[in-house]
Amino acid sequence: MSTRLQVPAVRPPRGTPTFTFDEVDLDRFRDVQRLAYRCAERVAGRLEPGVTERQAAARLRRELVGEGVRDFFHIPFAWFGDRTAFRDFRTPLQFFATGRVLTEGMPYVLDCAPIVDGYTADIGYAGKVGENAVWGRIVADLGAYRDLILREVKARKPLDDVYRAVDELIVEHGYDNRHRVYPGRVIGHQVTRVTLRRPVGVNVLGFGVRTLRTLGRELIGERLHGRSPLWADGRASRHAPTPGLWAVEPHIALRGVGAKFEELLVVTDDDAYWLDDEVPHVRRVRAAAGR
Amino acid sequence: MTAPAAPPAGRVVDAVGGLPTRTVVSAGVSLAVYEQGPQDRPLVLLVHGYPDTHHVWDEVAADLERDHRVVRYDVRGAGASGAPANRYGYRLEQLAADLFAVLAAVAPDRPAHVLGHDWGSIQAWEAVTDRAGPRRIASYTSISGPCLDHVGHWARSRFARPTPRHVRQLAAQSVRSWYITAFHLPVLAPATWKLGLAANWGRVLARAEGIRPRADHPQPTLGADAVRGIALYRANMLPRMLLPGRRETTVPVQLITLTGDRYVGAALSEGLERWAPELWRRSITAGHWSALLEKGPTVAGMTREFVDHIEHGTATPALDLARHRERPVGKDPFAGRLALVTGAGGGIGRATAVAFAEQGADLVLCDLNLPAVERTAELARLYGRTAHAYRVDVADGAAMDAFATRVAHAHGVPDIVVNNAGVGHSGTFLATTSAEWKRVLDVNLWGVIHGCRAFGTLMAERGTGGHIVNLASAAAYTPSKLLAAYATSKAAVAMLSDCLRAELAGSCVRVSTIHPGIVNTGITRGTTFSGTDDAEQDARRERFSRLYARRNYPPDKVADHIVHAIRRHRPVVPVTPEARLGRLMSRLSPATMRALARVGMG
Repeated sequence: MSTRLQVPAVRPPRGTPTFTFDEVDLDRFRDVQRLAYRCAERVAGRLEPGVTERQAAARLRRELVGEGVRDFFHIPFAWFGDRTAFRDFRTPLQFFATGRVLTEGMPYVLDCAPIVDGYTADIGYAGKVGENAVWGRIVADLGAYRDLILREVKARKPLDDVYRAVDELIVEHGYDNRHRVYPGRVIGHQVTRVTLRRPVGVNVLGFGVRTLRTLGRELIGERLHGRSPLWADGRASRHAPTPGLWAVEPHIALRGVGAKFEELLVVTDDDAYWLDDEVPHVRRVRAAAGR
Repeated sequence: MTAPAAPPAGRVVDAVGGLPTRTVVSAGVSLAVYEQGPQDRPLVLLVHGYPDTHHVWDEVAADLERDHRVVRYDVRGAGASGAPANRYGYRLEQLAADLFAVLAAVAPDRPAHVLGHDWGSIQAWEAVTDRAGPRRIASYTSISGPCLDHVGHWARSRFARPTPRHVRQLAAQSVRSWYITAFHLPVLAPATWKLGLAANWGRVLARAEGIRPRADHPQPTLGADAVRGIALYRANMLPRMLLPGRRETTVPVQLITLTGDRYVGAALSEGLERWAPELWRRSITAGHWSALLEKGPTVAGMTREFVDHIEHGTATPALDLARHRERPVGKDPFAGRLALVTGAGGGIGRATAVAFAEQGADLVLCDLNLPAVERTAELARLYGRTAHAYRVDVADGAAMDAFATRVAHAHGVPDIVVNNAGVGHSGTFLATTSAEWKRVLDVNLWGVIHGCRAFGTLMAERGTGGHIVNLASAAAYTPSKLLAAYATSKAAVAMLSDCLRAELAGSCVRVSTIHPGIVNTGITRGTTFSGTDDAEQDARRERFSRLYARRNYPPDKVADHIVHAIRRHRPVVPVTPEARLGRLMSRLSPATMRALARVGMG
């Protein structure tokens, strides 16, 4: 038996990833992301004082299912009040929706990740009921992070450096980095097309089982090449942005008020761009600039 | 009714030789009236308490007469005034009628400003809440003498809802009011006054409240005044307390609470806005009598500010802060307080400033980096507070003094001062140059000294208390061979705070020392390292920053500890777990700490 490794000539050398999605794929990803934002905006439009996080998360799920979503990257989350800043979060279980009641002036964040036909979106929608000047300021400043991340990724900076550049802007703004509370301190994670057929719609600890299996496979596969599908500030992220799709979710807070956005960043072999510029947080920044 | 005739306007009259300038007769009792100050200025009427005479106002009147027409009188039964035939002549209705009679004689056509103390304040409340009050009285400043009817309602509402807090308040005030019960017993009180208390009153005041003896006080007539004055209690206390009336007023009221008052507790004024909605609340660090006899200028100053505000609409920041405003109870614990934070351009300073703003405080912020501190002010304003940013070098003593003067003038004396500005430095003793020593000590130690001196003086002078927070470090009690200069500067800050705390305890200015520990702030980016070149310096800085980032203790939490230290009056607060452990170890086993110092952590 030969010990020589048989490598087909057509496959690219291992370890140098390439961008594998075509325009059709990107359109499908964009459609799912728009669908997710549409549902989140519909739920947000009907949120009023008295609603609990659990009710909001359930409404979001109903909206998504109503639009034909059958599986989730992770189940829909809703955070109200100072839970938008993840204050005193010590276990991942605290991310799950609670009985926290929305009151006047409270900020909230809706976060969902539907999968349609294997195409995954992962979005975060920040909002508030009534008046909240702090929230307004944070959301206005969030636009700077979107620009910064794109600029740094375009420059092919190592992902951990991009993470630290974001941290520096957060310090300059006087905010607090809250994405470090996410499992693995991640500001983002890679998104691929889920190809596994089952089990559909089964969740463990908030994540779809198909997701976990895909992510697990990715984690191991990428790790072998010195890369990580999770984007944090550790050594594992000390590599140039891997071509593909990244769900990026900078999450910042000032004391008890937190806000985030999350959307897909397309990293091609030689460029990078946000998958869609017609997202609510960009519209908000545009509207604020137009005033 | 009056004699002699009123002097012409504009002339300064004075109570020459202590003789009354006129006598007013009210219900058959002649009242000795003393006038001073320019006639054309706003009139301030001073009403004394028990067992005093108009002399208790000497210092206050001397200060006020510079720009006010000051009128005092001996209330019935005291000093040079006559006395009614029986105790019914001392009822509050009669005392209020006296006050109106004096006002009618000295200023028949212009409402006056009234300042009352003790029983003078109680009877002035009677006049202020009278139907004629708003017409005759333009403003009222009350010191240590609540309206008895208000107290009656105060006690009723607490008996009706005996929560632990209410029971505590009732018990505390009962203890303070022991003498009122004694005054109702036959024989005892008059005998006590006659058998020596009157002769020794000056000494009693000196011992109890540190009042320096002076001419005219206590007055020679004290013995007789005090015995007669017992009728004030016997004629009014029980009727008013048992059947309190609903006495409301539209007259603007400035309530001055004395923090060291042994007889009238601050809790008594809780809910006063129900009766006097136009209310300003201020406080002075003084005892019941020492407020007038030792802090006369402070009382005069507050009265002047209030009178000016009512007459001309001018308002000092301090007065503005003192105004009672409706707000949800307990929501903004720092509402109306002014906090000053140095080094507020980032890290713990910025987090503390924002935490203060969230809790309702208005802010004055300074830093060397003006854009950064302006950003902090911008964040603070999001909470609806005012915030002013300045560029100040805390290491520059003259600049700090000028800054303090400017702040006091423009925004008022701060209630909270946080000396936070500091720089990091790492290096062994032998490797640290004198320039490096100077830089570290200039900012870390001298910055705190300048801050404490400039603002501590203002706070002590103002006399209404306050809080100074000094940021030391866990390094203050954790020796390390690598932190020679830094740890020395911080240890000095800790000791300075301990000494200052003792000194300022008398003026109710509290001092807290905060020992943060390893906190993820910008201090690591500005840290210098002895005996290294630039490249090495950058590398170490980077390493330090990563270490601190990995430790990941946010400045927000330090800010929460600072807020807590102020609210709970904590003198020394180690913040992070390692800071607490270090403090514990430094007390349990200093030898261990000495051994660890050789390892050179940091």
